Amino acid sequence: MEIPKSFLGYKRENGRAGTRNHVIILPVDDISNACAEAVANNIKGTIALPHSYGRLQFGADLELHFRTMIGTGKNPNVAAVIVVGIEPKWTKRIVDAISTTGKPVEGFSIEGVGDIDTIAKVSKKAQEFSMWASEKQREECPMSDLWISVKCGESDTTSGLASNPTVGNLMDKLEPLGVHLCFGETSELTGAETVCEKRGKTPEAQAKFKKTWNDYNDFILKEATDDLSESQPTAGNIAGGLTTIEEKAFGNFQKIGGCQFIDVLEPAEEPTKGAGLYFMDTSSAAAECVTLQAAGGFNIHLFPTGQGNIIGNPIEPVIKLTANPLTAKTMSEHIDVDVSKILSREMNLSQAGDELIKSTLKVANGRLTCAEALGHKEFVMTKLYRSA
Amino acid sequence: MSNTDIIIHDEKDNVGVVVIEKITPEQDCNCWIMENDKSVSIQSKDEIPLGHKIAMADLNEGDTILKYGHDIGKVVKKIKKGEHVHVHNVKTKKW
Repeated sequence: MEIPKSFLGYKRENGRAGTRNHVIILPVDDISNACAEAVANNIKGTIALPHSYGRLQFGADLELHFRTMIGTGKNPNVAAVIVVGIEPKWTKRIVDAISTTGKPVEGFSIEGVGDIDTIAKVSKKAQEFSMWASEKQREECPMSDLWISVKCGESDTTSGLASNPTVGNLMDKLEPLGVHLCFGETSELTGAETVCEKRGKTPEAQAKFKKTWNDYNDFILKEATDDLSESQPTAGNIAGGLTTIEEKAFGNFQKIGGCQFIDVLEPAEEPTKGAGLYFMDTSSAAAECVTLQAAGGFNIHLFPTGQGNIIGNPIEPVIKLTANPLTAKTMSEHIDVDVSKILSREMNLSQAGDELIKSTLKVANGRLTCAEALGHKEFVMTKLYRSA
Repeated sequence: MSNTDIIIHDEKDNVGVVVIEKITPEQDCNCWIMENDKSVSIQSKDEIPLGHKIAMADLNEGDTILKYGHDIGKVVKKIKKGEHVHVHNVKTKKW
């Protein structure tokens, strides 16, 4: 198949392009959720991104909170942002960082005003942003404007046999076109960590990966009361035939095809070394991982599943594929791309990769994913440790 | 091409994955090795569902299970060729 050279996206002020055109109402903290949700209910064409944290965090955990908030606002799938927090200082820090993109952004704080008057003020601004964004048109953008993140979930052995290698095939075909790519899931590389480390393109990238994985493993050994065999593999993984974390890891690892990673990113960190594959240090919990990748600036997500994970994200469309014929049948409303014919050998990996590229472009051009149509908007902050 | 019942990732692997709804005891199964596009056959001893593994050789306690050509765990209970391989007879080497 000849790979298309462009897609239809929304060009942003900073030169990036979005596959979506969201106006978001972003609460800084848990107690501002009510206000953000009231505004999104009032003003059509806006979405609120409620979450559970943002108070009394400190150190690296607070920095990650800010990075996730700011990165979400900066994501090119977002046309304009309203930030609402209880206090003005943290609100302003997020607004100022998002404004470096040149997109419309405004902040409001609730203290000394109360919810009702804040909702009225924010609603007026949200209406203005929503109507402004609705005028934006899709334009032809080069494939290199696609930033694709990947993460698998509810994996089984069909993931490692077929759906993950299908994603790997897409990576092999799109990497030469200057696409940014990102994989994560530090925990689920356990057992394949030394093989993965060797995929670093430079000694620096390899060393950074090794340190990231070792730090994670030290944390597990310190915190775990027994071992992770209750969580890794999960009960769903085991039902699907996966026996050990090593088996899951080698299956997981198929997602990057033959690509080498050029750098290792902190959670929610934006890549700065140009096009190519990046590893991001993330949890393997689906919603946490995709939220971090979206905050890193990725604008379209590929999610292979075996037993049927149903995750979506509010700003980054999540395309699901499965090679498990039972899942494709029993959970068809969640599956965007069915590659189960690889198992019956009626389809080869390259054909499956081509199908996935076609579906990815349809979604990049605006087709709703199953998760979008079903209303999945999981926005889940990663928390490193308890608050003060 | 005959139907494929079991797929094996790598020629070195000592397990294969069932890719039909299930295989039944004493079923003669066609196996396809992805790495080199070769075919082999095996007779099953157990009923094994889709996605679960079958032993391609007799395995003793302490032996290493190879899949993708890599170490994915150790045998903790003797397994005969054609038997179901899963959490009851294989454990992680981590943790």
